[in-house]
Amino acid sequence: MNEGLVILGASYAGVQIAVSARESGYDGPITIIGDEVELPYQRPPLSKGYLSGKVDEAVLPLRSAAFFEEQRIALHLGVAAAAVDRRGRTVMLADGTERRFGRLAFATGSRARMLPLPGNDLAGVHTLRSLADARRLVAAMRSAERAVVIGGGYIGLEVASTLVAAGCAVTVLEASDRLLSRAAAPPLAEFVTDVHRSRGVEIVTGVQATRILGEDGRAVAVESTDHVSRPADLVLVAAGAIPNGELAVAAGLACDQTAIVVDRCGRTNEPEILAAGDCAVTRQGGTILRLESIQNATDQGRAAGRVVAGREDEHAAVPWFWSDQYDLKLQMAGLVAGYDRHVVRGRVESGRFGIYYFREGRLIAVDTVNKPGDHLTARKLVASADGVTPEAVADESVDLRAFLKAHANAS
Amino acid sequence: MPEVIYVGSDGTERRVDVPKGRSVMQGAIQNGIRGIEAECGGVLSCATCHVYVDPAWVDRLDPPSEDEADMLTNTAAEHEPGSRLSCQIEVTAELEGLVVRIPETQS
Repeated sequence: MNEGLVILGASYAGVQIAVSARESGYDGPITIIGDEVELPYQRPPLSKGYLSGKVDEAVLPLRSAAFFEEQRIALHLGVAAAAVDRRGRTVMLADGTERRFGRLAFATGSRARMLPLPGNDLAGVHTLRSLADARRLVAAMRSAERAVVIGGGYIGLEVASTLVAAGCAVTVLEASDRLLSRAAAPPLAEFVTDVHRSRGVEIVTGVQATRILGEDGRAVAVESTDHVSRPADLVLVAAGAIPNGELAVAAGLACDQTAIVVDRCGRTNEPEILAAGDCAVTRQGGTILRLESIQNATDQGRAAGRVVAGREDEHAAVPWFWSDQYDLKLQMAGLVAGYDRHVVRGRVESGRFGIYYFREGRLIAVDTVNKPGDHLTARKLVASADGVTPEAVADESVDLRAFLKAHANAS
Repeated sequence: MPEVIYVGSDGTERRVDVPKGRSVMQGAIQNGIRGIEAECGGVLSCATCHVYVDPAWVDRLDPPSEDEADMLTNTAAEHEPGSRLSCQIEVTAELEGLVVRIPETQS
């Protein structure tokens, strides 16, 4: 029963695929299958505003139930997919039922990486990915006095900022030699480290957690390779994410570990099967590129949705990302990998500045702190990069927006 | 619930009841108003919820913050005197009947 488009994952990417397929003129049946019971919802606030109480659960849904109904997008929630039969064009669900598909899209996202630490199953040990995780964390925060965050990436740091603001003593343990080692360049990471320390967070780098100690089934301390045992009644394991591509691997689709390899339109090596978002990777030159971001889920989902409607629009957007910590709005445009020079625009001490990254004289990425207007300009500058010089960036009297307009007129 | 009137770029009008305390952006997203994308969910990161507030209403809204004003000079569609980011307009009883026009593009 039910041919048409079947989307696995009631995620940002999943909803975007459905919406874009409809907007592009696809008129067949669409079903979104998701293992969580809630309407598809926004995840970024879970580690930010939702945790601090600023964002209410009621505003988290990406769209209303009425919207899905009106668009004839069927939601099949609370049940996971168990297997995909490529040849038989069928998805087997965990409840034993089956769904036939004409086209299939993976938007299964990623899950929190659990470290193989003794004690990681104790009460008081958390990960943060889903709304259910966030609800548990909010409840735990109410009584928490000492927290250890294992992992100094964006999610760990966002939670640390909220915990310390709520009066909890917080230590962040990072295994590599600096914070944000996978997600940001050293200049931004250094600034963020300084901010957290000034707010009273203990930042410990180059140290790995080795064991979580418990009493009566509850976490009480975290031991680490620096031979220190830090007391903790709340432990957050924030050590990255694993793409949920296992069903695609089992179905024999081209994958890189558990991430599904797609082209710039979101197609897998089986043209009728698409993938978008955290579970997907693209090959850019010789390297595999996986982006965990709303922008990527949106743009890749949009491209995949258009494929369903018979259109082919390669997405080539400049990657962007944001993080809110304390009163800081951190925004990243472009990819910093391989930069050979960076220029700071504005004064770091003012708390409002940008870091502009160049490779062989070409602007490739920009991090801004509390400069949302500059971030938008930066996205455009990175997209059409020739002509922006480090000297122009360093001189705050040069209006980079005017430069953009001049550039647009000239081209 | 105050009613907000969303006018599409093609002139079609949608009247939507938006709970007080929610933003004009949230009212659009929850009701599937086309042309407001709101990629960042309302945290002043994306400028894809740009609207033109009807001239009769512009002065009845609190002015944009410095960050919003800064972002408004960078929207995909033309900047006009009534340009606002709809995530920054909180719906109150006084805004009953607010009219906003949706630009042709957000990205």
